[in-house]
Amino acid sequence: MNMPSPTAAAPSALRRFFDGDVWYSFRNSPVAMLAAVIAFVCVFCAAFAPWVSPHNPFDLASLNLADARLPPAWAEDGQMRYLLGTDDQGRDILSALFYGARISLAVGMASVLLSVVAGVGLGLLAGFAGGKVDAFIMRVCDVMLSFPSILIALLIDGVGRALFPNAHDTLAFGVLIFAIALSGWVQYARTVRGSTMVERNKEYVQAARVIGVAPWRIMFRHVLPNVMGPVLVLATIQVAAAILTEATLSFLGVGVPPTSPSLGTLIRIGNDFLFSGEWWITIFPGVMLVLIALSVNLLGDWLRDALNPRLR
Amino acid sequence: MLAFVLRRLLQAVVVMLTVAFLAFMLFQYVGDPVTNLLGQDATQEQREQLRRDLGLDQPFPVQFARFVGNAVQGEFGLSLRQGRKVSTLIAERFPATLELALAAAVIALVVGVPLGVYAALRRGGFGSQVVMTLSLLGVSLPTFLIGILLILFFAVILKWLPSFGRGDTVALFGGSAWTTGLLTLDGWKHLVLPAITLSVFQLALILRLVRAEMLEVLRTDYVKFARARGLEDRAVYFGHALKNTLVPVITITGLQLGSLIAFAIITETVFQWPGMGFLFIQAVQFADVPVMAAYLCLIALIFVLVNLIVDLLYFAVDPRLRIERPAGGH
Amino acid sequence: MATAALLEVDHLRVEFPTRRGTLLALDDVSFSIDPGEVLGVVGESGAGKSLTGAAIIGLLEPPGRIAGGQIRLEGQRIDNLPYEKMRAIRGRKIGAIFQDPLTSLNPLYTIGRQLTETIQTHLPVSSEEARRRAIRLLQETGIPAAEQRIDQYPHQFSGGMRQRVVIALALAAEPKLIVADEPTTALDVSIQAQIISLLKRLCKEHGAAVMLVTHDMGVIAETCDRVAVMYAGRIAEIGPVHDVINVPAHPYTVGLMGSIPAMDEERERLAQIEGAMPRLTAIPRGCAFNPRCPRAMERCRQERPELMDAGATRSACWLVQDRKVST
Repeated sequence: MNMPSPTAAAPSALRRFFDGDVWYSFRNSPVAMLAAVIAFVCVFCAAFAPWVSPHNPFDLASLNLADARLPPAWAEDGQMRYLLGTDDQGRDILSALFYGARISLAVGMASVLLSVVAGVGLGLLAGFAGGKVDAFIMRVCDVMLSFPSILIALLIDGVGRALFPNAHDTLAFGVLIFAIALSGWVQYARTVRGSTMVERNKEYVQAARVIGVAPWRIMFRHVLPNVMGPVLVLATIQVAAAILTEATLSFLGVGVPPTSPSLGTLIRIGNDFLFSGEWWITIFPGVMLVLIALSVNLLGDWLRDALNPRLR
Repeated sequence: MLAFVLRRLLQAVVVMLTVAFLAFMLFQYVGDPVTNLLGQDATQEQREQLRRDLGLDQPFPVQFARFVGNAVQGEFGLSLRQGRKVSTLIAERFPATLELALAAAVIALVVGVPLGVYAALRRGGFGSQVVMTLSLLGVSLPTFLIGILLILFFAVILKWLPSFGRGDTVALFGGSAWTTGLLTLDGWKHLVLPAITLSVFQLALILRLVRAEMLEVLRTDYVKFARARGLEDRAVYFGHALKNTLVPVITITGLQLGSLIAFAIITETVFQWPGMGFLFIQAVQFADVPVMAAYLCLIALIFVLVNLIVDLLYFAVDPRLRIERPAGGH
Repeated sequence: MATAALLEVDHLRVEFPTRRGTLLALDDVSFSIDPGEVLGVVGESGAGKSLTGAAIIGLLEPPGRIAGGQIRLEGQRIDNLPYEKMRAIRGRKIGAIFQDPLTSLNPLYTIGRQLTETIQTHLPVSSEEARRRAIRLLQETGIPAAEQRIDQYPHQFSGGMRQRVVIALALAAEPKLIVADEPTTALDVSIQAQIISLLKRLCKEHGAAVMLVTHDMGVIAETCDRVAVMYAGRIAEIGPVHDVINVPAHPYTVGLMGSIPAMDEERERLAQIEGAMPRLTAIPRGCAFNPRCPRAMERCRQERPELMDAGATRSACWLVQDRKVST
């Protein structure tokens, strides 16, 4: 038997990832790869909107009313300068898409982040503390689960509006993100609670408690890593759902403030022009929204299958 | 069995009280309850009088009890936006929403369940993959966008179907108690697009659920044993597998009915369908608290009722829940 | 042998294509079962016992597939039959019993329904006749008050009772061969003996042969006429049950028998076979047992031995050929 050479290091985490099942599954799934590419492109354009966009649609000085209502470049009367056409104020649709996607993605991701933190935290608490705390949190989960997320988001938003009628824009964003987050935290709480309860009864946890390790340390160091897989899958799918919820709220007029239009707002604005035949003002933001949601959903689906040990 | 029903009823009451509490908080502390009840044009005298009548100086539990008492009778005051009684407004709009939700539920079930079964049985096949991709699309398209697209195609471009409103309605039972669009051709034409729009999300969800459940069931030992006994495919799939698949599907679908009513908010807005959802949106935009509170309570009631019925249904379908003690012997 | 064998398994190979290459789960397995005989198939977990049973009834889970060899029932090949023909054979010619009686029965149907359904699928009888037969079967398996209990649901029966129902179901269409995959492993020890003797008795009465798959040598000793010892997807030794137990020829069988503690022996430690059965991805060259074998020779590491005549049994071991067999 050879002794392992002392200088050979264990493969790095990155190396192990690329050798592992998840990466293999990814490379073998053309759908997942395509979805990842699309998602990446969208996120990139959204994040770097000011640099990627040909125009800045929110700089009022640069708008030219004479260029209003132009169809996309490939149609009659279209111009190459405004690739996807313009709206009634002369704003370039393509640029508006990127800026709008930026807002949509920002709100979506922020609310999911909040959801995850709150949900995982509460789930850990419920699973670990047990007893009345657990029962109470689960009751709340049950009640919240029976309400559809859109309704919860609408209510919070409505209440926010009523409480702060002259709110600053930032506050409006805060309320919106909070509303969407509130409608989504329950799934994480439940999943994490289940796993925590399983881990809690394991001997190494009991041993740690006997030694006197603080409970929260146990929770974070041991339970959390085991739970991150399903949480990651849930979070990915939730980002798509959050983006759609935000778009819906903005479309209904109770989402982002009108000064920072998201894709939903753009669709709402464009809706008014549908009947006069200027379809591009509403359809292109719609396509962008669907692309983002679809690619993120596909990634989430693939991730769930890749991380599911039973399907391997 | 009796214990189970009682326990569920108790839970239902608890939920309703919690919701009532939230609605009460809305009513009292968001905006002015006196204005909520009297509308914005009341005089100072009327306000003073009402303040005394309402006992706004009374302790909190008393006020809450009064609120609940009123709520149970359907009394939520006047709409801030329209100045009419909230209960009247909601009563007018309820049939429209209910018809829409039911139509969408029927579409979602009739299309979703068979497609889900197909996708499970023909797993990996081309048709199945197409179905699954379409279902993913269904979950990725926001409801309002589906509505807009349908309007674009069928109303603007093809001009086959109308794009807003409910069309001609007929009042049942004499008076204006319940108006229905189901008895006129025009009503049906108006119902088609909104019902499809509302059903898409549910359809995709049901499809994926049925498929997932069926795939799980197909892996069980009893299906394996059924096959090992040489039962025909039809008996194995539609006899054994399907029945076991549908049991959890029933529960989830029942719960979805409640969320359909909520999602109707969006659909009604896009199609200007005169239902409760549209009313609610206008209330949120206007910060019309009484309407919001009333809607909240009504939705909670519907949810709780639907949950209860689904639980009872589950009981009826799954024999394991019915009998408490297994017979002994080896 | 006067009568022709009922089941013949001839050089059967079962493969599993995976992303790490093709795994050979069953490698050149051959044996036969005569009508009415009880053949035990014993081995550790993962040796391939259950797979053999699955291959015989035609219910290999994909991506597993039969990659070579033949399975013949009453002289006719059944491993390459189209689905419908195989379905007709399942239940009617070959019945199966699985390990867990709780999950083998559909919880939403009465056991009567499950019984009559099976009977009517294979036999041209009326519903009344099917029900009569079902009641009779339940009575034969020792279920009291069969006429009332036939309309009950599986969860209303205890574990042992359920397995009796399962046996009744397997025998419902009067098959000639029953493949029983660990039928008592999930039951209480006190009930195991009852169920096993019931199975043996009923099969004898109905004229059915049994292929009994288990890892429990005690059950084998009590019930079987012959036994096949499997190791790493191959048969190590096969022969009449008392000979395999008392005069085993293959070192693996010797090790197995030696590891069973006897009541009348005094011992300080449990005897073990050193090492562990190799994983399917790492089966050694030559004889699969050679790394653990106390009597391995150079030849064992190079060439794989076939089943050879070793006196009372047949053993896949080069020792036989060199006549170095001793217990």
